Amino acid sequence: MYSPLTQAQRQAMLEQIGVARIADLFQDVPEAYRYPALRLPPPMTEMEVAEELRALAEDNETVRDLVSFLGAGAYNHYVPAAVDAILSRGEFYTAYTPYQPEISQGTLQALFEYQSMVCALTGMEVANASHYDGATAVAEAAVMAYHIFRGKRPKVVLSPALHPHYRETTRTYTQGSPIVYVGDDLPPDAAPEALLDWVDDTTALVMVQYPDFFGRIYDFTALAEAVHARGALLGVAVNPLALGLLKPPGEMGADIVTGEGQPLGIPLSFGGPYLGMFATRKKYVRKMAGRLVGQTVDSRGQRAFVLTLSAREQHIRRERATSNICSNQGLMTLAATVYLSLLGQHGLRHVAELNYHKAHYAARQLAALPGYRLRFPETPFFNEFALHCPAPADEIAAHLLEHDILAGYPLGQAYGEAFRDVLLVAVTEMNTRAEIDLLVEALGEVH
Amino acid sequence: MNIPQDLKYTKNDEWIKPDGTVGISDYAQDQLSDVVFVEFVVSEGDEVEQGDIIATVESVKAAADVYAPVSGKVVAVNEELTDKPELINEDPYGKAWLIKLEIADPAALDELMDAAAYEAYCQSRA
Repeated sequence: MYSPLTQAQRQAMLEQIGVARIADLFQDVPEAYRYPALRLPPPMTEMEVAEELRALAEDNETVRDLVSFLGAGAYNHYVPAAVDAILSRGEFYTAYTPYQPEISQGTLQALFEYQSMVCALTGMEVANASHYDGATAVAEAAVMAYHIFRGKRPKVVLSPALHPHYRETTRTYTQGSPIVYVGDDLPPDAAPEALLDWVDDTTALVMVQYPDFFGRIYDFTALAEAVHARGALLGVAVNPLALGLLKPPGEMGADIVTGEGQPLGIPLSFGGPYLGMFATRKKYVRKMAGRLVGQTVDSRGQRAFVLTLSAREQHIRRERATSNICSNQGLMTLAATVYLSLLGQHGLRHVAELNYHKAHYAARQLAALPGYRLRFPETPFFNEFALHCPAPADEIAAHLLEHDILAGYPLGQAYGEAFRDVLLVAVTEMNTRAEIDLLVEALGEVH
Repeated sequence: MNIPQDLKYTKNDEWIKPDGTVGISDYAQDQLSDVVFVEFVVSEGDEVEQGDIIATVESVKAAADVYAPVSGKVVAVNEELTDKPELINEDPYGKAWLIKLEIADPAALDELMDAAAYEAYCQSRA
């Protein structure tokens, strides 16, 4: 067992600070709460603990054991072996952004390249070194937009087709701030332009998703123009994999692009760690939260990388900083960088195309089943679509799980009674044609 | 250190001319070192109270808020600084004025430090 201190050392330290025993240090805690009974099970050996954890882990069902069509913001993609191999190198193995450029050139260069790739994917001018996940990146977009207008525009319009968890996180994150959220009680059938009803001279930001939570693809060019005409900003939360195929939001006029980077080489892993992507226009860079790596030259004129524009951040600007977040997802950022570097532009497009075509094959087969139809048949989609079923979607999903199929996400839990019978089905490159046919067969048996 | 006689000074190192021109002092620019960015928080026509933030000046090592030395109406903002923030280091009392105020109550200037008092104040911080 590891003992950090001997009794003699403890005694010497206690004497030095002038107390008789360690318990005296906790006098400020009310006595009733000082030493609660922990009721822990008896101690176990390492061997016993390992066995217990293994048995617990065995109860989990993962996408390795099941046929999965579950997405809703987290997607089952192939992670090339090289991603983990590079991630687990000691030089890279930290979750943090390094302050000291003289000993951190490798990590800083990887982050710089990540930022450059995010800019290329999104069509934006500047990207930070990441946030925790897609949800917090949206919250940071709301906070940044609020600060860009110096608090004079306290309203943020959230699309009802923005991931329900992103909306929830954003509200939680900004509790106590003057920001007010509107728009997301619109029916999700409404076109994005319906959000304009809320856009006036008190609106800072309109936040939409691309592809949206229902998988739908809209061109936001006209929306961006209308939002800008009223002096507000447009934010777009993206699935970065879809950008291998789709027009980047920067070309539509987006002012802020956020994203969930999990599809880029990061395993599902029960919900995290994931990767929050954040990009914006250069003119807003000083209002952007998070770390930013820049390229410069060292004293010998050689290319070098450093953290830059740090005066934006809370360790210098204190309470006047846009955000108190200045850490990032270093390791997950590296995973996305390695993934994108391995695939390259054409490889990424190829994976995106596989997702698109497999999802469209599945949608055609499923919509042809008696009692089934696409919920949004007129709107293009990427790798996920809303399927109207002949019975409540949660019952169907529970039934299929008995046959080791994760059929998708029952939309009623987030969108209420109107979506009780609607299942959100995601198809990725991991789903074989045989798996899709199995899903079609299984759903065909439900009436 | 350059401390012109015809100006009034604040404890936050702003200077103001009797005509309402406002900037930051030579001492302030020296403490900040190379200024890389100036952001105005007020626009022409805004009414400001004494102590309101009017701009943020960012250097390679710090970001400092600049406050209104007295109350009044903003009648001009030196937009040139947005493109040439280095003027604050080069000419803090001249080209690098920040805003011009229509001073609400000229008597408010009497409350501020004169050059001698400000020099003593700077030395006390040395």
